[in-house]
Amino acid sequence: MLLIYCPYCEEERSELEFRQAGDAHIARPTNMTEMSDEDFEAFFFLRDNIKGLTFERWRHLNGCGRFFNAARDTVSDKFLTTYKAGLPRPDVSTLRPATEATVETYEATESNAK
Amino acid sequence: MRGHRGWEAQWTSPEPRKDYDVIIIGAGGHGLGTAYYLAKEHGITNIAVLEKGWLGGGNTGRNTTIIRSNYLYDESAGIYDHSLKLWDGLSQDLNYNVMYSARGVMMLSHNVHDQQVFKRHIHANRLNGIDNEWLTPEQAQEFCPPLDISRSARYPINGAALQRRGGTARHDAVAWGYARAAADRGVHIIQNCEVTGIRRNPDGSVAGVDTNRGAINAKKVGVVAAGHTSVLMEMAGVRMPLVSYPLQALVSEPVKPIFPCVVMSNTVHAYISQSDKGELVIGAGTDQYSSYSQTGGLQIITHTLDAICELFPIFRRMKMMRSWGGIVDVTPDRSPILAKTPVQGLYVNCGWGTGGFKATPGSANVFAHTIANDAPHKINAPFTLERFRSGRLIDEAAAAAVAH
Repeated sequence: MLLIYCPYCEEERSELEFRQAGDAHIARPTNMTEMSDEDFEAFFFLRDNIKGLTFERWRHLNGCGRFFNAARDTVSDKFLTTYKAGLPRPDVSTLRPATEATVETYEATESNAK
Repeated sequence: MRGHRGWEAQWTSPEPRKDYDVIIIGAGGHGLGTAYYLAKEHGITNIAVLEKGWLGGGNTGRNTTIIRSNYLYDESAGIYDHSLKLWDGLSQDLNYNVMYSARGVMMLSHNVHDQQVFKRHIHANRLNGIDNEWLTPEQAQEFCPPLDISRSARYPINGAALQRRGGTARHDAVAWGYARAAADRGVHIIQNCEVTGIRRNPDGSVAGVDTNRGAINAKKVGVVAAGHTSVLMEMAGVRMPLVSYPLQALVSEPVKPIFPCVVMSNTVHAYISQSDKGELVIGAGTDQYSSYSQTGGLQIITHTLDAICELFPIFRRMKMMRSWGGIVDVTPDRSPILAKTPVQGLYVNCGWGTGGFKATPGSANVFAHTIANDAPHKINAPFTLERFRSGRLIDEAAAAAVAH
């Protein structure tokens, strides 16, 4: 089971307390009634469904209840970092060192133990 | 008696040619079946089925082998029952025992809401000529003796819906049977061949694929790649209405025959059957978040086993032997996409989500028709990619007989 760092509670909690909430950094259209069918389809139905590094919203549902953003690898399920909603997409190249310190996966803990 | 020596390979592993009429990406049941029906029914035999791993090693080898067609909407009833009719007789058609066993799929009703929903399904199914019947708790127990129908059960049962033609089949045999039958007709099955790009002509139409074994030309390309459909379609610049999730299943140690049918419970959320090897085959819903990890969280299968133990206390001391995960591609309306794409000569068969195995023969059959004629069969005509633009959804998300 993963430990996920909630940037609001400022602590790692079990993944059971969290829910994924779709892609991050998507601006909800303000003129939805005037949108073309193509634009609405792209916003509402189509997904990048990225294999690899993805930015997504998560919610600390059974905790503080707040939405935040996360950078996660969908192949390993490793959380590279989590950050507060509204902050810009973090620079990926600087993520890795911060990750080890802030978000520990089960695999990382296991390899430390060895 | 020859001591298990002298077994011959069931299909050849040829070097890829430079040109094919049709390339199918993905050697699972749906992909191999598509090649088989293209060869058998449409006379197209210059086909390659490309597989990045091993044949049948994706979701075809990772499901719980349940077959049923009791879907609510007419479109779904059409395609799933087309499939069920092909299951009946598939072993003879392929000359390969796929062990289709119409042992019945029973869905447990635990409350008034379940009862109303199932009865609505039963009526809708019967209007579409699909067998589905309501059982009282006593009849349900008669059909499935291990079922506890006492009022003191943790989740008492107030009835069940039974599709007698539903059942199970041997998943590996389906892939192997289609592979052998397709290879016999000249289809090339090329394993360990990963597609890395989709080549296009100057006019935008499909020219072939790039692979780790070099470029291969083709007039038509069919993508049948389940959880990795988004990755492949992105190579052709087509963004898909799909999200990939892990779906886990597990089997117990083998025991003597005790469980005669398939039982599903949406409310308690698990399903169970017994394989012919004696293992209890158990599954439930997808993992909570999207992933390509092919593993999934332990808490998900723990939850599934909680449900099984509540429904069938006799299984509480069974040991679980293996668990695994597959990556399923889920559409917004929980119905598949079998269609042409905006790219000429590129076809896609995807979005089967958590329930693709049961559809294998029907899906392959109509997808072959779609590729051969460059136009959909009337059965898969509603399952377009454009329905997410027009809004003409086939919304099994709320209507499907299983919880998601």
